[in-house]
Amino acid sequence: MQVQALAKKVMSKSQVRCSLGSSKDNHSRSGLDDAKGFATPPSYDTFVIVQISPHVNLLDDLRSVLGDRARDGDFELGLYGKDGSVLQGQASIVCLPVDTEEVRQIVEICRHHDRPFLARGSGTGLAGGAVPVGDPVIIATAKMNQIIEVDLDNRIAWVEPGVLNLDLTKELTPRGFHFAPDPSSQQVCSIGGNVANNSGGPHCLAYGVTSAHVAAIEVVLPDGSVTVLGDLSAEPPGYDLRGLFVGSEGTMGVATKVAVRLTPNPPAVRTLLLDFPDVRDGAATVSAIIAAGLIPAALEMMDKRAIEIVEAFVNAGYPTEADAVLLVELDGLPGGVEHGVEVVRSVAERHQVGNIRVAADNEERELLWKGRKNAFGAVARIKPDYYLHDTVVPRGKLVEVLDKVYKIADAYDLIAVNVFHAGDGNLHPILAYDSDEKGVLERVHAAGRAIITASIEAGGVLSGEHGIGLEKRDYMGMLFSAHDMATQDMVREAFDPQGFANPLKVLPSGSRCSDSFGQHVPDGAWV
Amino acid sequence: MSSLDAVPEEVHKFSAEVGTSDPVTVVGGRTQWNVGGAPDGSAREVVAPSGIWSHEPEEMTVRCGAGTPLGELSEQLAQHGQMVPFDMPSNATVGGVLSVGRSGIRRLRYGHIRDLVLQIRHIDCNGEIVTSGGPTVKNVSGYDLCRLMVGSLGKLGCLAEITLRCLPMPETTRWLTGVTDPFEVYARLYRPSSILWNGKQVWVCLEGVSSDVEAEAALLDLTEVEGPPPIPSDGRSSVEPKALKNLSADDANWIAEIGVGIIHSDKPSGAQQISKTNESLMREIERRLDPRGRLNPGRQVVSL
Repeated sequence: MQVQALAKKVMSKSQVRCSLGSSKDNHSRSGLDDAKGFATPPSYDTFVIVQISPHVNLLDDLRSVLGDRARDGDFELGLYGKDGSVLQGQASIVCLPVDTEEVRQIVEICRHHDRPFLARGSGTGLAGGAVPVGDPVIIATAKMNQIIEVDLDNRIAWVEPGVLNLDLTKELTPRGFHFAPDPSSQQVCSIGGNVANNSGGPHCLAYGVTSAHVAAIEVVLPDGSVTVLGDLSAEPPGYDLRGLFVGSEGTMGVATKVAVRLTPNPPAVRTLLLDFPDVRDGAATVSAIIAAGLIPAALEMMDKRAIEIVEAFVNAGYPTEADAVLLVELDGLPGGVEHGVEVVRSVAERHQVGNIRVAADNEERELLWKGRKNAFGAVARIKPDYYLHDTVVPRGKLVEVLDKVYKIADAYDLIAVNVFHAGDGNLHPILAYDSDEKGVLERVHAAGRAIITASIEAGGVLSGEHGIGLEKRDYMGMLFSAHDMATQDMVREAFDPQGFANPLKVLPSGSRCSDSFGQHVPDGAWV
Repeated sequence: MSSLDAVPEEVHKFSAEVGTSDPVTVVGGRTQWNVGGAPDGSAREVVAPSGIWSHEPEEMTVRCGAGTPLGELSEQLAQHGQMVPFDMPSNATVGGVLSVGRSGIRRLRYGHIRDLVLQIRHIDCNGEIVTSGGPTVKNVSGYDLCRLMVGSLGKLGCLAEITLRCLPMPETTRWLTGVTDPFEVYARLYRPSSILWNGKQVWVCLEGVSSDVEAEAALLDLTEVEGPPPIPSDGRSSVEPKALKNLSADDANWIAEIGVGIIHSDKPSGAQQISKTNESLMREIERRLDPRGRLNPGRQVVSL
């Protein structure tokens, strides 16, 4: 099949609209077989705006509110043209508001000029949710970074969206609490971004993803009104708009304040590193631990290649001769934790475990985690670039899908490294490559498609925690019917009938056929 | 296998039963029938399919018809040492409990029931099947319609099939009671399952391995009891957890969930206010998903 490179793809505005009708057919689930023999979904198109709209008056209006915090310099535009994904968009104006009122005014000015907007945090998202397409005004929340109030009586904290995840937890830890979602990017990712993506992390196995940890959100809606979704009471009245907003990737408005729930720090923690001579035994141990009725705080797996590169990078004492390691963390009251350690030990011993290393103190625990959390950076030791995937499969299918991942990587002449949240079946295959190599991106994307297809065929889903964004938008039809997606879009439309907020994300354009979105993309935006 | 392949025959039958034109109301176990007001008498009663369609203990997920009674679900899960902590009567249905969206008295530890929902299939106002969420224990699958459906009283669609995350049953469950300050109890314990208070007496539920439950119980000067007190059911109001401190022991019969913010009482309680902006968003969602108002007419999620 024809592979679309992630290069500048020229597409006319009318073509965009035309694709609305046809893409429903494209999303019939008969996957095509490509040259490598792997079933693949329809080809994926990426749009890059090669000509942007005139914006002089718009910029003047924004500057009247923001002064020099409304920018169109090359530095900002380069920075905000992309995010943590490999997709490239183009920014033309970047705003750095400091409070809700400024965000509200930016949204009003955008509406006045008939321009979409895109709110973003640190831009660590891996699915292209913050990549500007459709020439939106960028609303960067970096300067909205205050922890407004820590309310221990209610066990919540009100924070601005630009507060970094780890900064919040550092602030809370001395008071006996933390914010449970802990993405690997937690040193740099923002709470607003966590809300937009309903982010996860290793400890979400036991504690749940972001949605379970957000009580209320102050939002500037796409029509410029300001409201609070959810509240601090146990059962806010009406429909759960808060739950709908979390994970909507900025397509329903801009979060300007977030009330996050505080989780008490566990009185006891034990961290174990188990090594296995065969990755299959490691995966079987994962299933058996859960089946034994134990839900560890975290249950992470790394394959042989991951162990090698991580060990060379951080010297955590990972066993480089092992085929796989499991990093298991148990937390809670001491009795439950010790019981958990025994369960893990006895299950692992039934599955040919090699060594079981129990961290003796906090320092050793942090060292073991350092290996896991730096795994992605360590990939640079073998290749300069990588593409990190994110799918979920039933735990029982981990071995089968891992096998396929290796075969797919081989077939496309790529290196696959696996570091993932095994406890909830959340695979994160890393495809390492060198972007200077000619034609390599086509292979990376084709392999990615094949991995997604293999995961879905095993009863899995498109994404565990990275979101749909732009990257997986056109794969939604592999899991959902046109009618399912149209229903999702009707709900989005209740917030943003004209598609002003982060346009072209989450749902394939086909699902928006009936709405008036296209009319609001200014002339010249698509060339 | 993907979600699209797996729609059971029973869901198709339910879709035909809901049909396309006349007003319908979905009947579960009628255990919380009056929440949101009685449905119009003109609405035709329909019943969601019942039955456990798959339970994979190793995945800790269960998929069932929305009309499945909780008793049947609990029995199936208990055989494998698992549970879904809904804490509602055994004749209540899974779909009914989710449609009403009220969590049970162990919410303090287990969280809101909506966080246990992985995938929902519902029948929309045109009799069509809509799938949202995903079957795995963790998933990002576009817009989170599952959370929207929980607490929607069937106004946005008729729940047909539910996939839930199960939890391991605790080794030990113990209820304790006595006269003490419930807020101090809350501050002293690590993740208790429930703390109830009627203004004078406190009830605490501790769960986990025996040694932890013993140790936590030893921190409190309380006496062991069989279970929770009778919970008054005529009124239910919701406040910020810290606002419970303002409650006083008076003649009224009430029980508050400390740390959560629910007050159960024997007097009907007034509805909480919804802001104009939120109300209009909610009305827009209703208008888009059920323009003719044929689903559970008469019931109100957005109070007038």
